[in-house]
Amino acid sequence: MFRIRITKRQEPLGWSSCLVLAAALALSLALSGLLLSLRGTPALDGLSVLFRGAFGSRFAVEDCLIKAIPLFLCSLGVAVAFRLQIWNIGAEGQFALGAVGATWVALSFPGLPGFILLPAMISMAALAGGLWGMIPAILRQRLKTNEIIVTLMLNYIAILFLDYLVYGVWKDPTSFGFPMTPEFSPQAVVGKIGSTSINWGLAHCLVLGVLVWICIRYTRIGFELKAAGDSVRAARYAGIPYDRLVVMVMVVSGALAGWAGFIEASATINRLQPSIMVGYGYTAIVVAWLARLNPLSIAVASFLLAGLRVGVENLQLDLQVPAAFGGIIEGLILLTVLAGGLFTSYRVAVRRK
Amino acid sequence: MRLLKALIVVMMSLSLSTAIAAEKELNVGFIYVSPIGDAGWSYAHDQGRKALAEMPGVKTSYVEAVAEGPDSERVMLNMARKGYDVIFATSFGYMDPMLKVAKQFPKTKFMHCSGFKMADNMGNYFGRMYQARYLSGMVAGGMTKSKTIGYVAAFPIPEVIRGINAFTLGVQAVNPDAVVRVVWTKTWYDPATEKEAAKSLLDVGADVIAQHQDSPGPQEAAQEKGVYSIGYNSDMTAFAPKAHLTAPIWNWAPFYKSVIEQVQKGTWKAESVWPGMDTGIVDLAPFSAMVPKELQDKVMAAKADIIAGKNKVFVGPIKDQKGAVKIAEGVMAPDQDLLGMTWFVQGIVGTTE
Repeated sequence: MFRIRITKRQEPLGWSSCLVLAAALALSLALSGLLLSLRGTPALDGLSVLFRGAFGSRFAVEDCLIKAIPLFLCSLGVAVAFRLQIWNIGAEGQFALGAVGATWVALSFPGLPGFILLPAMISMAALAGGLWGMIPAILRQRLKTNEIIVTLMLNYIAILFLDYLVYGVWKDPTSFGFPMTPEFSPQAVVGKIGSTSINWGLAHCLVLGVLVWICIRYTRIGFELKAAGDSVRAARYAGIPYDRLVVMVMVVSGALAGWAGFIEASATINRLQPSIMVGYGYTAIVVAWLARLNPLSIAVASFLLAGLRVGVENLQLDLQVPAAFGGIIEGLILLTVLAGGLFTSYRVAVRRK
Repeated sequence: MRLLKALIVVMMSLSLSTAIAAEKELNVGFIYVSPIGDAGWSYAHDQGRKALAEMPGVKTSYVEAVAEGPDSERVMLNMARKGYDVIFATSFGYMDPMLKVAKQFPKTKFMHCSGFKMADNMGNYFGRMYQARYLSGMVAGGMTKSKTIGYVAAFPIPEVIRGINAFTLGVQAVNPDAVVRVVWTKTWYDPATEKEAAKSLLDVGADVIAQHQDSPGPQEAAQEKGVYSIGYNSDMTAFAPKAHLTAPIWNWAPFYKSVIEQVQKGTWKAESVWPGMDTGIVDLAPFSAMVPKELQDKVMAAKADIIAGKNKVFVGPIKDQKGAVKIAEGVMAPDQDLLGMTWFVQGIVGTTE
């Protein structure tokens, strides 16, 4: 007989945790390959088409980076809140309001030069997203409401508000009644980097990512976040202003999601329309957990998840695998990686009795 | 003599190369907004794609469940880069992305369904579904006892509004006092939401449920309540045999075949086409046995009139919800007005916002 003993690790697992992650990914891919072969698609062919579609050419990598930009910003935002154990499920709505804010500036002052207009759009987007994040934070600290439910419900309100605007007051008069705003003026569009198809949003991600990382790692606020995230009572006892901290992380969280909304509206769609909402705010939660709330890992995870989404399209096109398969792979990866977390924080020993 | 020989060789090689060009396999790509297994909109288009796949020298593929906006742009780019010769995009929101891609790939032929923008290598197409809607409205009007008909609709855009108006005119043609109540779901494909929307209409006394949705959810809701229903896209009898009366349906195969034949012959031009019931692109599904013979004959007579061009559906006097005459007596609304329709006819309960 065998006995399995699970004990908590006293010291964090160093580089071996990468091994656990790699094993988890390999397991999920092996399971995906198995599923592919069950439906009659050669497993290795399928996985190779998936990878080539995602990372196999310059175009593919560019496509992944473009898709990773909004995902990264939303995910960075929710990760900041999650570090304090504040469950912000509202990135989707904060993203929507960010897009609305940026659009308002773009439509109201189309003639301004780009170096004034773009910062104004960014500020408005961050402000709108941040305020939308602040509401549940204040409600939570003052009225003890549950932030999961409030942020989730505020998503619907924000998206309906966006719909109201594009179906109503902001509707392009030349669009035959279809819901979309007029196209932004060229000054209101974030340009592309050199000869690539990637927009400058990538640089925004880099700067914001580094800023958040520095804040978390090297500042007092970063330390307070960690302390209060581990234990609210201990933090209060130590004199950390917990209420203010909650409001702050929700504002930052919302502002980052709003910034993502600005980039989507300005750089990739060049206008506001309902199809701007494709669920980045919800996918961001998955990314944040896969990355264990670490900014650098979030960058990697959002790139890989974007790659998965792009690769699955290639898989459909070349081998006619159904779209639902992409969701299955995504689910498998999340499941195995989170389950792999057991091995990084616990020691598992098998002994013969 | 030598010159002549040389000329003959050149001529022969030229003719040979054109013969090879003619035999080159034509790659045709489709991009769908919802999964193809849903008996709905994408399913109907995919039936057309399958008919193309049986043509000699034609290879087809598709990508399903692609969100409108940046995701669709990437999928179309990927198809164009892989050398697809003809690309069909079958949702309104694919219009702007397709236009962007069409400009980058002038040799690829692009066909967009349901929009209005064009380019030298991008045409658009649609079918006069409102004709079949009118006929299905007659069936609903003839079968309702409560004089309340429920209509589950996706988005308040001209295509859907036009369909609801034509349906209502059909209802009023046989039952002048009946009202049509509209509920918007703001989704093309979400079986649960569609079913809930249908239930809300049943709760206010609707005894026939019609839909502009891509899943059979509303049909199931009608059957569970024991009332009648009108399907959409394809014959949905299998999903609700005790409720389903008939359905306005799409038959894309003949149209898609004619486009591909034009491409093969080299006669394809970017055009805007809107064929009607006379070409068979739209039709009415077979009646259920629950529809009395008398009503069936009446509807079939109206169908013959539509095919013969005697009944144009949108012929005045037609009033809007406030009672203002929108289409004057004896006037046939021009296509331009139909394509940009944003108002409801009298007899509809609901708003277009």
